[in-house]
Amino acid sequence: MTTQTRTAENGVNVTALLGAREALSRAPEAARFKWRASSKWLRGTHSRGTVEGFFGLGGEQIHRSPYQFDLDHPEIFASEDNGATPVEFVLVALAGCLTAGVAAVAQMRNIQLRSVQATLEAPMDIQGILGIDPDVRNGFDRIKVHYEIDADASEEEIAALVAQSQKRSAVFDVVTNPTDVAVTTSKVDRGAPGELEC
Amino acid sequence: MLKRMAGYIDVIVIGAGHCGLAMSAVLSERGIDHVVLERSEIANTWRTERWDSLRLLTPNWLTRLPGYSYPGDADGYMTSADLCGFLENYAKSLAAPVVAHTAVLRVTHDDDGYRVATSQGEWRCRALVLATGAFNQPDTPRIAQGVPGRIEQLHALNYRNPEQLAPGRVLIVGGSATGVQLAHELQRSGRPVTLAVGEHVRMPRVYRGRDVQWWMLASGLLERRIEEEEDPDRARRVPSPQLTGSPGFTLDLNALREQGVEIVGRLVGIRDGKAQFSGSLRNTCTLADLKLNRLLNTFDEWLEHRGRSLGITARERFAPTAVDETARLGIDLREDVRTVLWATGYRPDYSWLKVPVVNAKGELRHDRGVVAAPGLYVLGLPYLRRRKSSFIHGAEDDARELGAHLMQFLDGSERGRSGSSVAPRSLQSSLPLTPVRRVGT
Repeated sequence: MTTQTRTAENGVNVTALLGAREALSRAPEAARFKWRASSKWLRGTHSRGTVEGFFGLGGEQIHRSPYQFDLDHPEIFASEDNGATPVEFVLVALAGCLTAGVAAVAQMRNIQLRSVQATLEAPMDIQGILGIDPDVRNGFDRIKVHYEIDADASEEEIAALVAQSQKRSAVFDVVTNPTDVAVTTSKVDRGAPGELEC
Repeated sequence: MLKRMAGYIDVIVIGAGHCGLAMSAVLSERGIDHVVLERSEIANTWRTERWDSLRLLTPNWLTRLPGYSYPGDADGYMTSADLCGFLENYAKSLAAPVVAHTAVLRVTHDDDGYRVATSQGEWRCRALVLATGAFNQPDTPRIAQGVPGRIEQLHALNYRNPEQLAPGRVLIVGGSATGVQLAHELQRSGRPVTLAVGEHVRMPRVYRGRDVQWWMLASGLLERRIEEEEDPDRARRVPSPQLTGSPGFTLDLNALREQGVEIVGRLVGIRDGKAQFSGSLRNTCTLADLKLNRLLNTFDEWLEHRGRSLGITARERFAPTAVDETARLGIDLREDVRTVLWATGYRPDYSWLKVPVVNAKGELRHDRGVVAAPGLYVLGLPYLRRRKSSFIHGAEDDARELGAHLMQFLDGSERGRSGSSVAPRSLQSSLPLTPVRRVGT
């Protein structure tokens, strides 16, 4: 018997989430989303990524406003450091996804969160990307994530929150499992060149 | 064994395994005329589709059927051969109307009931019970197609013993009861084993001095009903626990690791002859450890509530599952592996059932065994009505409840024939719902 009747308030709309799960299990087509991003090269290793629209629930959707992110490399790479390094974005994305999951699962389990702090570290041997040693991979050797959580819950319940969040995390899946990546190119057509010049 | 010509009968049960025989017992008690059609011999699956060393995951004292229990060592675990003998003797004691060597080829339904075409002629019946089990065909993932041709592949359904396999490394895919048992056996045979493990259920063989199945039964967990589950679909998909029928022996990933088995994450892809394993192994192990501790807490709380010790030993907890810092994320099948053994589960086969009750995924549409066609029932699927539904001792309660429903159906369709307006289909909603009861809270 539980005597605690207070409802946790983590700012997660569980009713809406459960409603969506229920609705989408009956209409699997609406569950097919497409995430999009665009990126524009600025100068050197500096580029700017933009996200705005995505597809879901059977139609085109749009963020409240477009979001832009500057990506660059640090000065020790002879770059200008106009933004975070792309691999750091991967860490940020992983943390963002897992933390959202922690909050949602906590709400579902009626656990009040007071603070959720994640720190991430991912070793990498850059001999890989520099092409020095073909046996060294380009990506991370591994990723370590540590969560420090203040909540009305036991140590085990907190561990279970974080474990369940990994189980349901899209970015965790993206980084732990292979994904087929198709990169294509097209040349920009600058109008019929040449003929008038000869 | 019955010699009987095909013809008309009230009820046909398909499959003479433990469920078909339990249903036969219930129908006989109620005086319902029926036959049990069996493609081969009683307990055929146990006889021909399981590996030699297999033992039941439940101790003998728990292996019982309506009015029948095992006469031998109560604490042992039956082999397949023991179980075949057990079921044969059970059928004899019941004088069960088993029609052997009669394979069902096709079942159709019309206004008069079911037509059951068999290798020995056509039967007709008003009600039909599917007791063909959930384990008819190998469930091998599609990525198996990527395994290079030179590598031998087999599914647990076709595995008998280590000698069947070439010497050299075996990649076993799947970490539930089958996978861990075969990993143990093959590693011991001198073939190095790599075991790819996804989500799994960890369980000690013995907890606080008692078999874990004793705790499952005593604490009421095995009686838990499917309608008490928040997510019944997920509850039905839970894989079999990492157990083996060997007294006092806990066969978990730690035991395999100590034995020298290499543990890797779930097999997620095969590309250019290389198998790729998920980097989520650590979390799947954490999830299993946390779930195990929750289960043990449930047992402890139940015991405390009960307030008697019953000679049970002190509370204990098991070491967390160890995961190698350097767990491999891939393996070159062409260079390092001789055999891939799929321990990825089984699927039922309803290809012969020409009644529109099977969904696009090949699953039967049913409500706790009452299939979505008049007078059609199924038994023996995982968590059909209760957690114990797929256990041998779970057949009795399900057979009794579905037998009662079937009886009602026969009465109704009889009245229907004599002009009453009772539509058989309406009986589906009359299935008694039991009140929701939670165990351990």
